[in-house]
Amino acid sequence: MDVLMLSRLQFAGATFFHFLFVPLTLGLSILIAIMETVYVRTGDQDYRRMARFWGKIFIINFAVGVVTGITLEFQFGTNWARYSKYVGDIFGSLLAIEATLAFFLESTFLAVWIFGWKRLSPKLHCLCIWLVAFASSMSALWIPIANAWMQHPVGFVLRNGRAELSDFLAVVTQPFAFQIFFHTVSGAYILGGFFVMGVSAYHLLRQQETAFFTKSFRLALTFALIFAVAAVVQGHIHGAEVAKLQPTKLAAMEALWDTQANAPQVLFLIPDEKNERNLVEWGKIPGALSLLAYHSSQATVKGLKDFSPEDRPPVALTFVAFRVMVGLGFLFVLLTVVGWFKRRNLEASPGYLKIMLYAIPLPYLALQAGWIVTEVGRQPWIVYGLMRTKDAVSPIATSQVAISLAAFILVYSALGVLAFYLIGKQARRGPEPLAAAAGQGEES
Amino acid sequence: MLETTWFILWGVLWSVYFMLDGYDLGLGPLLPFLAKNDTERRIIHRAMGPFWDGNEVWLITAGGVTFAAFPTTYAMMFSSLYSALMLILFALIFRGVALAFRGEVDNPRWKAFWDGCLVVGSFLPALLFGVAFANIFRGLPIDAAGIYRGNLFTLLNPYGLLGGVLFVCLFLVHGSLWLAVKTAGALQARAGAMAGRLWPVLLVVAAMFLLGTRTQTPLFNNYQARPVLLLIPTLAVASLIYTYVLIRRAAWWQAWFASSLTIVSITLFGVVGLYPNLFPSSLAPAASLTAFNSASSPLTLKIMLGVALTFVPLVIAYQTWVHFLFKDKVTEQDVTYDEGY
Repeated sequence: MDVLMLSRLQFAGATFFHFLFVPLTLGLSILIAIMETVYVRTGDQDYRRMARFWGKIFIINFAVGVVTGITLEFQFGTNWARYSKYVGDIFGSLLAIEATLAFFLESTFLAVWIFGWKRLSPKLHCLCIWLVAFASSMSALWIPIANAWMQHPVGFVLRNGRAELSDFLAVVTQPFAFQIFFHTVSGAYILGGFFVMGVSAYHLLRQQETAFFTKSFRLALTFALIFAVAAVVQGHIHGAEVAKLQPTKLAAMEALWDTQANAPQVLFLIPDEKNERNLVEWGKIPGALSLLAYHSSQATVKGLKDFSPEDRPPVALTFVAFRVMVGLGFLFVLLTVVGWFKRRNLEASPGYLKIMLYAIPLPYLALQAGWIVTEVGRQPWIVYGLMRTKDAVSPIATSQVAISLAAFILVYSALGVLAFYLIGKQARRGPEPLAAAAGQGEES
Repeated sequence: MLETTWFILWGVLWSVYFMLDGYDLGLGPLLPFLAKNDTERRIIHRAMGPFWDGNEVWLITAGGVTFAAFPTTYAMMFSSLYSALMLILFALIFRGVALAFRGEVDNPRWKAFWDGCLVVGSFLPALLFGVAFANIFRGLPIDAAGIYRGNLFTLLNPYGLLGGVLFVCLFLVHGSLWLAVKTAGALQARAGAMAGRLWPVLLVVAAMFLLGTRTQTPLFNNYQARPVLLLIPTLAVASLIYTYVLIRRAAWWQAWFASSLTIVSITLFGVVGLYPNLFPSSLAPAASLTAFNSASSPLTLKIMLGVALTFVPLVIAYQTWVHFLFKDKVTEQDVTYDEGY
């Protein structure tokens, strides 16, 4: 393998691993903030214990997210030097803004929240976790703004042999960025909700702390339901934007080879990339794809054959990932709607609780699949239509990247196992007894 | 002018990073030497607990600002120093995880493992940041085509290593002073004594580094051109010596501040000497990256200056508040309950 392939594997692996932890940070921080707010407003000790119990899991998860995030920022320089040089004028500033505006706030106030239970008034303490939640969602805004620029570069001119910023507002306010932002955070909020529901289901099935976990479950259910529905609706709008701005990505998502008006949505198909066709096509709904993408069943949708092979993304991977994401998205709506009708008597539905316990990994899968669609579907471009991935890599020795990739695989595997072991351990242990939470627990 | 402003800001951000993360990077390797039992080890952890993550964001900001203001330097610097930087990043992963995971399982071998990670994970970044910056001061083998002709071992030349040892010594003194500030009793006495013992070593290394800088680097050219700038190295020497005076007086807070000033002024001494270079070539002077030939467009520099001048003071304000909020000494009682919580 060459530097390019090794660097791609390394960046993909490091990003996906990082994003195993980021969504829970995004979703859980808001849930914890809501829990603590309820405690501050009602004085219900259960909600204080809830904030502390879920907070412990949050801290473990957050630490891994932080340490794996730093490597990402630096990899643009180490492995993608040509990219950094070419677009740093725009892309670099977005990353720097994220650090100064959001990440400082998040890291600093999380520490205050962790160590400040006794030093701060309940209101001020609660404000800290809201700041953490706000800052992490702010991070999740600036990174998608940067990513959206790679998907659909705007507000720049080609000058001095590179892309230079010409219109900052165009970059930070382009609608596509907000589509990516909203889709990412709603996915993350679903994940946070499903995580809390799953862990609560585990305890409810064992009849431990039922009041505590019923409250947790219901709060998470409402939260996940809202964003599951929102993600589907907004996902549709998002898809229509992709059709407009990134036609090759849309064609790959749907494995559509021939340009056609009245393009059908095929319910089941197996793409055959080599022969530029699909092996099996089953369940065609005529005009549905045109309708979904362009809001008119007569609209023409461009097929992959319209683009020369070197401009096409990998089809099978993009297609499968998209199907997985969409399928899971609908499943999340189904599961949360069912839960809504069972919410008043959760313990009477052990079957549902068991499903929710085993559903914990599903939003993780959906989010990873979504990023595969976004990033693999953008190939062969690193900046869509502007710079190819193969032109972006650093002029460095293959051995260096091979060694660092091996180290990433080794360290991240161990770290992943450990992190999820500790999160699981903490989740199974359950909350601290009421007396401890109210009394000595405050000390530290 | 805009480029020069950013060059100064760039230097200031790195020096603030070294000043802040310096105390927890320095305290890590001292863990086995200062703590006699598990309670003391936990106290040392807690002395960094509320701060280390916020400190590390300065690294992300320093890196991000290098990317935003000097993208060509960011690209060249980070890809040329690939292996060293990867070692730093992995070390920081182990250190961060050690701080977060140690208390999660009550098993002596688990704890001993993470203590080991904290030692190595703190020592390596301290050493390698010093090695990297010393090599930048000295110039790197970059050819006319802008390709780095070297590897990790190229960096480990005597002057580079001297820079690494200097950073390690600076951070060790800084870290032991922080512990003296944050603790009382036997642990404080040990931390203070450690600072006192390490200081003479630091003095010798700093003197050698100054001499090495004179003979191995062109840094003093800027100082000869504008002698008023010699105030910076003078300040570095004065604060280094005053640190010792304060250590002898057992005035820990003041000694820690003096040590902070030492770190900042030594970093700035290097950065000012470097100007306008950011990543100089020792092979082809024309291939050197400077604040001017590697900068972002004026528009980006202006926008980022607005962002930095608005938000960095805000960050300094709330991080100062946090240090003030957790200014009390860490006691045994603090760590005997739920750890890290």
